[in-house]
Amino acid sequence: MSGISRRNFIQLTGGAAAVSTLGVSNILMAGKGAGHVVIIGGGIGGATAAHYIKRADPKVQVTIIEPKKDYFTGFMSNEVLNGHRTMDQIKFGYKGLESRGIKIVHDYATNIDAKAKKVATKANGNIAYDRCIVSPGVDFKWEMYEGLDAKISAEKIPHAWNAGPQTILLRKQLEAMKDGGTVIIAAPPNPFRCPPGPYERSCQIADYLKQHKPKSKILILDAKDKFSKQGLFTQGWERHYGYGTDNSMIEWVKGAEGGIIEGVDAKTSTVIGNVDEYKGDVVNIIPAQKAGKIAFASGLTNDKGWCPVNQKTFESTLHKDVYVIGDASVASPMPKSAYAANSQAKVCASAVVASLHGKKAGIPTLVNTCYSILAPKDGISVAMVYNFDGKKIQKVKGSGGLTPMDSSPEMRAREVQYAYSWFNNVTADAFGARSSI
Amino acid sequence: MKLNKKVLALLVLGGLSVSGNSMAGTASAEALANTCAGCHGIDGSSTGPAIPSIAEMSAEYFNEAMLDYQTKDGRYNTIMTRIAKGYSEEEIKLMADYFAKKKMARYVQKFDAEQAKAGKELHDKYCEKCHEDGGRSAEDDAGILAGQWTTYLHYTMDDYIEGRREMTKKMKKKVKKAMKADADAMSKLINYYGSQN
Repeated sequence: MSGISRRNFIQLTGGAAAVSTLGVSNILMAGKGAGHVVIIGGGIGGATAAHYIKRADPKVQVTIIEPKKDYFTGFMSNEVLNGHRTMDQIKFGYKGLESRGIKIVHDYATNIDAKAKKVATKANGNIAYDRCIVSPGVDFKWEMYEGLDAKISAEKIPHAWNAGPQTILLRKQLEAMKDGGTVIIAAPPNPFRCPPGPYERSCQIADYLKQHKPKSKILILDAKDKFSKQGLFTQGWERHYGYGTDNSMIEWVKGAEGGIIEGVDAKTSTVIGNVDEYKGDVVNIIPAQKAGKIAFASGLTNDKGWCPVNQKTFESTLHKDVYVIGDASVASPMPKSAYAANSQAKVCASAVVASLHGKKAGIPTLVNTCYSILAPKDGISVAMVYNFDGKKIQKVKGSGGLTPMDSSPEMRAREVQYAYSWFNNVTADAFGARSSI
Repeated sequence: MKLNKKVLALLVLGGLSVSGNSMAGTASAEALANTCAGCHGIDGSSTGPAIPSIAEMSAEYFNEAMLDYQTKDGRYNTIMTRIAKGYSEEEIKLMADYFAKKKMARYVQKFDAEQAKAGKELHDKYCEKCHEDGGRSAEDDAGILAGQWTTYLHYTMDDYIEGRREMTKKMKKKVKKAMKADADAMSKLINYYGSQN
């Protein structure tokens, strides 16, 4: 039962469980009193929602279903590729959440029965809920690429877009690469998790190569013709990596000029584009994305593969009492970022608790801030404040925007430190503070 | 000068609040304050040394800072100038009162004991009158210094001294005197504030 003792299992429901003797087809009844919220996914969205439900009403029972014992943050994982950060530094366990009174079930949720209000799991049978929050993150559209699937990605052509073993694999490949090699980063089409991520990754890898393998090159094959923070990234590439000169370490090929890729020959590390073929020494294909599996299995997705929600509460427009937050939800104009998920989780938690008490949801207010590190002392950001216009989320006019292009070197160095401090605070907000800061 | 800036900020706000306030109304103080936690820590107690704790901060200081960030050529910062413009005066007030009631968590920081000792003497002589109780007090428009993150305090004092952020007349005079008495005064003071948890 993946680490859950029978006793804990009963405790999950405050003793109200009907547990079969086989322990496989249990139906956990919803807790009495304030209700039981089941959260699928223990990333930034799910963990923050759990925390803020408990803050709003400690009597609400909260259970997170999450297969992984440890969560690795996608943000700052590009620093692991550089060697500036270890995997341990982006690793978060669930003890902090448990100490907040939240139950963690390490299992796979396979389906949500929105009518019967229960979540089916691989090893723990059915878990009943009063409200369900789904924060599954993203899955990949493998079908768009010939010669690429989850297995090849895990073994040879890592996406490293869910931080974890693939981050380690990509780092090892970079370390093993000869000086003078070519790293290919294939950036996905919109919308996708962490819009500036592929370009920050190019900077972090370039910084590593500059120190250790200066004859090497990075080729970015982009499905798009423009990208997030493009002006600032281009300036950073010029400033640090010779972009625009004959000796540039980084080359960016936009979609209209052959950047769109159709597949890969993993044996020869050759990326097949719609115009050309590109041979790489290390190939990092970040595939096109859609909502995580459970969203599809539970009928929460639209024809584009994302989950439409009431943007005031994040309740699914397709299933009552099921809420979707984070990357999988349609929360445009908010980007698919960790801060957005953190902010959405709080709005959703407040709406869920209000609904359990038979009250109307409050007025939502949201923020996104997203840092990218171009070089050890050069950081940039984008920020935005959002409110609700009665129908949907909107940007607050006059707020937010990018780091100014003429921001001083000192402020750019501070932005790196802000990014590190933000990392501490947002992870503490979700998972609980680390013992050492 | 200070007053003019405030008036200017209010004028800016007047314009903003039209677009800033949605048809749906104003969010609660808690909902607004919760959006700050991603960067400033749970209930405004930061666990990152470059980002200040805003818990326990006096409402006056909070309001003034946010209005100053909204003003063109106001308080120097890259992120907060962009974030602050997202809020109406009413929303800022709600956040200010919310954080003023929260207790600031103070964390153990590295500091130089000798510098901290010298810093205490400097503090008593030049700073205590406004930043009372060894810099722990959040009275009026004084920011909390004791236990605030030293990385942030260094940024702040650099900005003041290099003219990127405007000091009040009173503070300008005292800083000048302290630095005249001891060229290393700022470092010593910051070590003193960082030594308190």
